[in-house]
Amino acid sequence: MYSRRLELSVGAFVLLGALCLAFLALEVSGLTQTGDAGSYRLSARFDNVAGLTTRAKVSAAGVTVGRVVGIRYDETTAGAIVDMEISQDFAQFSEDTSASILTAGLLGEKYIGLMTGGDPSNLKDGDVIYDTQSAIVLEELIGKFLLNMSSDK
Amino acid sequence: MMNWIAGIGRSTLSQLSDLGRATLILMQAIFGRSNVGVHWRLTIDQIHVVGVLSLSIIIVSGLFIGMVLGLQGYTILTDYGSEQALGQMVALSLTRELGPVVTALLFAGRAGSALTAEIGLMKATEQLASLEMIGVDPLRRVVAPRFWAGVISLPILSLIFVSVGCLGGALVGVSWLGVDSGSFWSNMQASVDFSDDVFNGIIKSVVFAVVVTWIAVYQGYDLVPTSEGIARATTKTVVYASLAVLGLDFFLTAVMFGEI
Amino acid sequence: MTAEAFVEIQDVVFRRDQRVIYDGLTASVPRGKITAIVGPSGTGKTTLLRLIGGQLKPESGDVRVDGLSVQSLKRSALFDLRKRMGMLFQSGALFAELSVFENVAFPLRVHTDLDDDLIRLVVLMKLEAVGLRGAVDLMPSELSGGMQRRVALARAIALDPEMIMYDEPFVGQDPIGLGVLLSLVKQLNQALGLTSLVVSHDLQETLSIADHVIMIANNRVAFQGSPEIMQASDDPLVQQFLHGSPDGPVRFHFPAPSLEDALS
Repeated sequence: MYSRRLELSVGAFVLLGALCLAFLALEVSGLTQTGDAGSYRLSARFDNVAGLTTRAKVSAAGVTVGRVVGIRYDETTAGAIVDMEISQDFAQFSEDTSASILTAGLLGEKYIGLMTGGDPSNLKDGDVIYDTQSAIVLEELIGKFLLNMSSDK
Repeated sequence: MMNWIAGIGRSTLSQLSDLGRATLILMQAIFGRSNVGVHWRLTIDQIHVVGVLSLSIIIVSGLFIGMVLGLQGYTILTDYGSEQALGQMVALSLTRELGPVVTALLFAGRAGSALTAEIGLMKATEQLASLEMIGVDPLRRVVAPRFWAGVISLPILSLIFVSVGCLGGALVGVSWLGVDSGSFWSNMQASVDFSDDVFNGIIKSVVFAVVVTWIAVYQGYDLVPTSEGIARATTKTVVYASLAVLGLDFFLTAVMFGEI
Repeated sequence: MTAEAFVEIQDVVFRRDQRVIYDGLTASVPRGKITAIVGPSGTGKTTLLRLIGGQLKPESGDVRVDGLSVQSLKRSALFDLRKRMGMLFQSGALFAELSVFENVAFPLRVHTDLDDDLIRLVVLMKLEAVGLRGAVDLMPSELSGGMQRRVALARAIALDPEMIMYDEPFVGQDPIGLGVLLSLVKQLNQALGLTSLVVSHDLQETLSIADHVIMIANNRVAFQGSPEIMQASDDPLVQQFLHGSPDGPVRFHFPAPSLEDALS
């Protein structure tokens, strides 16, 4: 039954490949996070989004609740509009929620932090957050610091 | 000087006719009329030879490469105090680059050279000529099943390599060096995207599979049927296949991930 | 003669790279007889078999097998024609990964719809004919060179071809193996009414069973006729070949400028 053993080994090989694909999809790329619960879209207007990229995470109190899906320039307000997809599991952001662009560590990647307020009504799909704090641009900080130093003299 | 130019011209022409012959062989092997039932069986046999028998080298290499990535990544990332990004680094390097590329290189060395030598030996011992005289096309009987087996096996091996590599990275990073398990995996999941990273890696792997197997069967089918000819063709398979994989990897990366 | 020829070769020119192998070769192989193809090494006797089998194509000229011109056949027609020819290669060319049984059964499985019982029957009959029915379950690597050739012969006759071509069947055989193969070739020819074509260096042995001889030298046919006429021929080339004289029309020296020129 040589050929039967051979068939079994090839079958096991292909199955192992499928399992690895599942492992990569679920454990490594975390495919389940997006998708099944559904999501809704929020936007936020920032003066400056320097360094923020699409697919950056959106977190609230340190928990990832969604992802940045688009960044565009808004001509009427001369600012940047950031579109975010927030998981349906986190639908309790009040209307006076504020958004800020934060950095993971000193040189880490930029992400958006949401801070919920006290308003009883919640944000809905398509709403825009105007209470925002822009990205800290390191060069500007250093520039200000040097300016202060020179004016102190 | 004229000789030199003439030499370049001659070698270009001969390269071009090599490419043409290789393409014809491939086309005839793939698109020729064939007996699907018999050939499916032969393909399964060959998946056993090129795929299943390559498993051990792929698993061991994947494990060690993952472990090395974990170790190296940890020492570098601790300098910036961001060792929680270790999972991200290990997984991205593996899914995007190291998985498909290293698997294809190992495959060229392990299975590609064996394919060339086997087909070459069949040619040298007149088995291919004998098939022809029996009225069976060796391209369809011998070359086609081996080609398909390679194209099916390599992406599977690559998936296995990446998975084992991630586990190897986790073993070193989490179990030995003490990176927090939660942040290791969540960082990995947050940064690795299925369609951008995993799926693109699979596409790379399929392209490499076609190229490596093609080179291997062509070199075997076209070699000079002597012991020296087989030795030379086997070497050529490994060299050409490796160069093709590395070169193609650059272009595929530029198309998939580059924002040029 | 022409009326009963199975293979006819007309004015064939064949070149490998720049080297001329045949320059206007004309010969015919009579049906149902044993024809020996002899000649000095390197004259491309094996090439002739490959031309007949359609594995190589002549530059010009015509190779006809049973009236069909081989070089202009379509691929599928060529493969159909090959079912009517068997070929025994120098090394035997058994498929290394298949058992003796599967090797002999191979042409039957590919070209017929016989069920397994019938295939088994035919394979055993063919192996019986070459005296190796006892080796049916062995692998080719477990057989001696002579036995491998006999198995290959069984495979070559599995489809009951009309013609069988032997490429150097006697090379490297001990006297007993040689005798076995010789008598097999003769028996098969008589029992099955095959047209046999034997390429060989072993002149005396081959001539002992041949009905017809084609001698190739200097890119063309040097002699064609029965072995008796060949023995009696006064052509110096034929005589040199028959008696193995080192020098004669076929030169001992590879063509070269004279020694004085080369050394000065």
